[in-house]
Amino acid sequence: MSKFGFTILKDQQLDYDNLSRDLALHIQKTEPSISSCMSCGSCAGSCSASRFTQFSFRKLVINIQRGNDKQIVNEIQKCMLCGKCMLVCPRGVNTRNVIYQLRKVLNEKKHHEV
Amino acid sequence: MKVEGKRRLWQDYQKEVAEDKFFYVRSCIRQTFFPGSERAFIKIIGTELGKEINEDPAHTSCTGIGYHTDIVPFETTQTVVARQFSLMTEAGLENYVPSCITSFGLYTEILETWEHFPLIEEQIRENLYKATQRTFNKPKNLAHASDVIFKFRHEIAAKAKHKLIDVHTGRPLRVVEHIGCHYSKMFPHKGIGGAEYPYVLAGMVEAWGGEVIDYPERRHCCGFGFRQYLVQANRGYSIACSQKKFESMQPYEPDMIITNCPGCPMFLDRWQYVIGEMEKVAYGPNGQMIPVFTYEEVAGLVLGYDPWELGLQMHQVNCEPVLDKMGVQYDPELKYKGSKGEFLGVPAIPEFLKCC
Amino acid sequence: MLKRHVAIIGGGISGLEAARVLSKSGHEITIFDAGEKLGGHVAQWDLLFPNMRKSSEILTALLNQLPKSIHILSKTTIKNIERFNGYYVIHSDRVENVLADAVLFAGGFDTFDAQRKEEYGYGIYDNVITSIELENKIKDHRFITAQGTKPKRVAMIHCVGSRDEKVCNNYCSRVCCVTAVKQAIEIKKTSPETEVFCFYMDLRMFGRHFEELYREAQEKYGIQFIRGRLSEASEAQDKTIIVKAEDTLLGKPLKMNVDLMVLMVGMELSKALVPLVEKMQLEVGDDRFIMPLDEQLYPNQTKKEGVFVAGTCTGPKNIPETLNDARSAAVSIMSYFDQLSNKN
Ligand SMILES: Cc1cc2nc3c(=O)[nH]c(=O)nc-3n(C[C@H](O)[C@H](O)[C@H](O)COP(=O)(O)OP(=O)(O)OC[C@H]3O[C@@H](n4cnc5c(N)ncnc54)[C@H](O)[C@@H]3O)c2cc1C
Ligand code: SF4
Ligand code: SF4
Ligand code: SF4
Repeated sequence: MSKFGFTILKDQQLDYDNLSRDLALHIQKTEPSISSCMSCGSCAGSCSASRFTQFSFRKLVINIQRGNDKQIVNEIQKCMLCGKCMLVCPRGVNTRNVIYQLRKVLNEKKHHEV
Repeated sequence: MKVEGKRRLWQDYQKEVAEDKFFYVRSCIRQTFFPGSERAFIKIIGTELGKEINEDPAHTSCTGIGYHTDIVPFETTQTVVARQFSLMTEAGLENYVPSCITSFGLYTEILETWEHFPLIEEQIRENLYKATQRTFNKPKNLAHASDVIFKFRHEIAAKAKHKLIDVHTGRPLRVVEHIGCHYSKMFPHKGIGGAEYPYVLAGMVEAWGGEVIDYPERRHCCGFGFRQYLVQANRGYSIACSQKKFESMQPYEPDMIITNCPGCPMFLDRWQYVIGEMEKVAYGPNGQMIPVFTYEEVAGLVLGYDPWELGLQMHQVNCEPVLDKMGVQYDPELKYKGSKGEFLGVPAIPEFLKCC
Repeated sequence: MLKRHVAIIGGGISGLEAARVLSKSGHEITIFDAGEKLGGHVAQWDLLFPNMRKSSEILTALLNQLPKSIHILSKTTIKNIERFNGYYVIHSDRVENVLADAVLFAGGFDTFDAQRKEEYGYGIYDNVITSIELENKIKDHRFITAQGTKPKRVAMIHCVGSRDEKVCNNYCSRVCCVTAVKQAIEIKKTSPETEVFCFYMDLRMFGRHFEELYREAQEKYGIQFIRGRLSEASEAQDKTIIVKAEDTLLGKPLKMNVDLMVLMVGMELSKALVPLVEKMQLEVGDDRFIMPLDEQLYPNQTKKEGVFVAGTCTGPKNIPETLNDARSAAVSIMSYFDQLSNKN
């Protein structure tokens, strides 16, 4: 018998034993200001992209720091590079350059894989 | 709202704009979007105000759009920009005036990058030399074309044939100003009035007799983005941005919108029609829309230029309500005639919106 | 013991408390203050955190303990301080100069000028006020909007002018979180129907009974705390303020119309003190507050012999911390005098 009328739930816990820090370290090298982020949300609060999509620059930073690479690829396409977030960020994060640098490495990665 | 508060802030964001001898570079998209605007600029600054204004046909796209959609790498963009600077240098000029806001933002960003990383500048100089044997000086003064019109707004007002005033009632026209994101969001001190309460367009409106409306979504992007618009499936996102703005400004009953970016007038104009037809809403009175202008077009109207020569027939939203309020004379018969009198064709009548 | 003369710059609570301790030990004191009344900022507050005590009680106690012999020069601007023969000569806009053996800088702080946060619209939008203005509104029983109506909804904005690189203030002003909680409670006491929302990044409830006050705000008064920093504010047609931020705990951008937006302004070194700090070549930190000789070991001494510091001119402090610091400064000054006497 295989059908019992229920399924075994998948573990939803984030597994931080296997953090991949590669991308975070790379971005920290090319745009060091990313380390200054304090997750205040000013960027996402003023972002036009956040209004209509699930995009949040604040979450993006955390995803980078925690190595959730898979989330990132789709996320960065949503940014319009308008620079509003740069204007409001109280920690002086060069948000636009973080996005550029991400697009650059992720594009390169894509090319390698092809 | 206390206007004195804004005036105090505007004092903090003054910007030097050259007096004369401009090297003017056109935008790649404005001439198709708003074909009369750049010509009007040259006429106003050159003929009307008697300033020297130069162009070079060898000038190319700054690659800003390619750069913002990740097609062109930053190094390439910088080298192309270096080539534009070399054209200015060869012309013996040093006051660089781009027509496009994204170019202006990009030039500012590149000059800042070079300021902070002289090695990059060296590298770019070398790239340019290897590729073209050219050298260049950096501009002494970089100002967006709207900065230049702002500088001479009072001179323009002195020659005004029409004001931003309803000739029938004497009421100042209520104007929404919309500033391109790349004008000052990245570098507030490079924009007149800063990024939060930019004064560049507001100053023109004031000088020409109109009244500026401050509405809650004033700072919101028009929705151009780049990739958001270029990919058709993403356009719903772009249009949603414009819709936010219209919904927010509508209660203030604006007579018109003035803009200083290539994309913004395009999107506020075209999307207004699309939203109107899709959602069956009209943001203006009596089923009509809110006319959208570039600042050169508005300056041209103030100076008494013929609206069809300014290219206003290319707008999606009819400009006539504003022309009528300002008391501008025009011949409706000539609206859809080309410069040689040939018939250009008439756009289809919208299903929901009223346009005449 | 030799009777010595101490010039105290600033008649806020730090200056007053140092004056009390020093004069009790027999020293002569002159207090200079730029303002009319003594007490500094505390004289402007109404009820104090964390126990809602009247600030006037503290001030009266401090002032009553001051002996009559103290010279008080209020409404006085100090023009210059010079070293002369082992003394300090203080030139002011008064006729006589003052000769002192030691100078105590107790000039405190200024609240942050909220106009510098342009996107918050202070000085432009009618219903954006600072915590100082709210304090006065509550004190004067005039808790109303610019249009004279009772606010139905209020947003308290934390960290205005603090923790913000854009205004060159990277530090935390420490007292504004708990002040927001205190004022939110006062709003609810004055006007129970008003909804109050605190927009914070971190709630810094470091002092004794602060956390309890926070809890009281939640449990007893239903004050809501939203973790998100204000991105921008704009004015709606009906003069309400539209607040935009990210609700970071939900990960979604939010907007909220409020009748009143209160900016919790932080602290900066007193502007009136800056020229004197420069003249005396005292060291300042990257937060622009005065640096003592050693932050841990000699928090009230400076590099300059005979020049001491007390209170909030060395960084944000609440009242008990300021008073302790003032007493500690008095002790430092007295041991400096002992050293001088031993040398001679
Ligand atoms: C909004 C707010 C609310 C607060 N509420 C509380 C509370 O409820 N409970 C609490 O414990 N703490 C509170 N505090 C903290 C409290 O105000 C300070 O701890 C206290 O004021 C510090 O005293 P001070 O003497 O160091 O400085 P100040 O109070 O600033 O006094 C300094 C004095 O020096 C004078 N001065 C400055 N420069 C010169 C000069 N060059 N020449 C002459 N005179 C000069 C000034 O006029 C002033 O009188 C609050 C702070 C803020 C910002
Ligand atoms: S630059 Fe991108 S992330 Fe920043 S506000 Fe604009 S769209 Fe949002
Ligand atoms: S505004 Fe700056 S500090 Fe705040 S979450 Fe965004 S990037 Fe981080
Ligand atoms: S005490 Fe709170 S409100 Fe004040 S600066 Fe620190 S974190 Fe911000």
